[in-house]
Amino acid sequence: MRAETPALVALRGVDKVYSNGVVALTGLDLTIREGEFVSLLGPSGCGKSTVLRLIAGLGDLTRGTIEWSSVRHEIGFVFQDPTLMPWATVSGNIYLPLRVRGMSRAAAQPKIQRAMEQVGLAGFGDAYPRELSGGMRMRVSIARALVAGPKILLMDEPFAALDEITRFKLNDDLLELWASQRWTVVFVTHSVFESVYLSTRILVMTPRPGRVSSEVVLDGKRDPSFRTSAAYAEQCRTVSARLAEAMRA
Amino acid sequence: MKEFITKVVPPTLILFVGLAAWEVFVRASAIPVYILPGPVAIVQALVTDWATLYPSLLVTLAITAGALTAATVLGVAIAVLFAQSKWVELSFFPYAVILQVTPVVAIAPLIIIWVKDTATALLICAWIVAFFPIVSNTTLGLNSTDHNLLNLLQLYGASRRQVFWYLRLPSALPFFLGGLRISGGLALIGAVVAEFVAGSGGVQSGLAYRILEAGYQLKIARMFAALFMITGTGILIFILLTLVTHLALRRWHESAVKREG
Repeated sequence: MRAETPALVALRGVDKVYSNGVVALTGLDLTIREGEFVSLLGPSGCGKSTVLRLIAGLGDLTRGTIEWSSVRHEIGFVFQDPTLMPWATVSGNIYLPLRVRGMSRAAAQPKIQRAMEQVGLAGFGDAYPRELSGGMRMRVSIARALVAGPKILLMDEPFAALDEITRFKLNDDLLELWASQRWTVVFVTHSVFESVYLSTRILVMTPRPGRVSSEVVLDGKRDPSFRTSAAYAEQCRTVSARLAEAMRA
Repeated sequence: MKEFITKVVPPTLILFVGLAAWEVFVRASAIPVYILPGPVAIVQALVTDWATLYPSLLVTLAITAGALTAATVLGVAIAVLFAQSKWVELSFFPYAVILQVTPVVAIAPLIIIWVKDTATALLICAWIVAFFPIVSNTTLGLNSTDHNLLNLLQLYGASRRQVFWYLRLPSALPFFLGGLRISGGLALIGAVVAEFVAGSGGVQSGLAYRILEAGYQLKIARMFAALFMITGTGILIFILLTLVTHLALRRWHESAVKREG
């Protein structure tokens, strides 16, 4: 069992009602600790994405509070779609967060280069998004999120649209990056298997209006051999049972 | 090369067959040249009257180019203004529509009365016809930015100015270019229509005046020659703007990228 690290961000008693009257979240409590890989697991429309958007500051809380451990943390966000600028090259897309910060292209180039190497895009700097496969586009999106050196990475079902082989590869690469970069990751998914494979902790959410129904803490080594291990199957069974409970709740 | 042959040879063939049929018809039916001249007579008129037709072409071309430039600059500026706030767009867009739907022939006499300099008056008329597609397309483009990209820039703390330059403007480019291609043809039509209304003689006379003049003198071959020059100019403008569009979008926009077989 890993030692508990300090809290990075905490949501307390959060309600979110959209202007069209949809109640997305009610009384949501959750704490994200430094260095964790937390998955938010739940059915479609349970408000998982809403949680990420609120943490990112893209929207107001209807009720409740968000508490950060310090004033401002660098946030990286990866959407379900790669959300790239089609008119910019791969390196132009990765440059975006640094450009917003006023860094010149020349000064940013080494950082862009490094980010591309980290996600396996070396040599693709001058390609345009439409020339890349879905998996490669998602790598660009991840490189853009990590180029600014985020403390916390928010990922909204980033691999849901990819084929399984590509997804497995990206899962492994993401875990490697997480281990080396010491990020905190909040990962939204509706896949039990993906959440068990990636996370140190899973928060199972109820159908809308969403709240945290239960929590599963996982440990053990994460590497490709884990995918075929008995422990993995066992943990998937446990989490599936929790999800079924949440759906009944 | 193969594509060039399949795209260029058939229409060229049709052109020559049509011209030959026209010439044969005119000669066989002995139609007088002041009713319908054949292609040979028209080409002859084009050559002999080149000294008067060519300066007129330049006059029409100058008005067209001026109107298109003004339509581009002011059209984009108006669209940018519209994109700043929904309120501005809703307040002013109806007036852009009114200006667009009013036939230029109907307001050209007024403009020619109000504006002393004829060339400026013609320019304004052609501009009125040409500016709307650019305004409406660019406004649509500026409002079509990917919402998640907007979210992302908000997350990075981007200023309004940055959002505009980094996202809105490039997103609007394909829309703007689509509008520009329509406006190119309209600028020429606007210039010619305004010239017809103005009808002034003298050295500063465009191709439309040459058509009127040739009509009065029953020089129908010259009339056709001037008409073909206008048509040719329109086609050239279209090809030029298509080329510009292609060069600007070829690497990234679906419209300009060849589909994989």
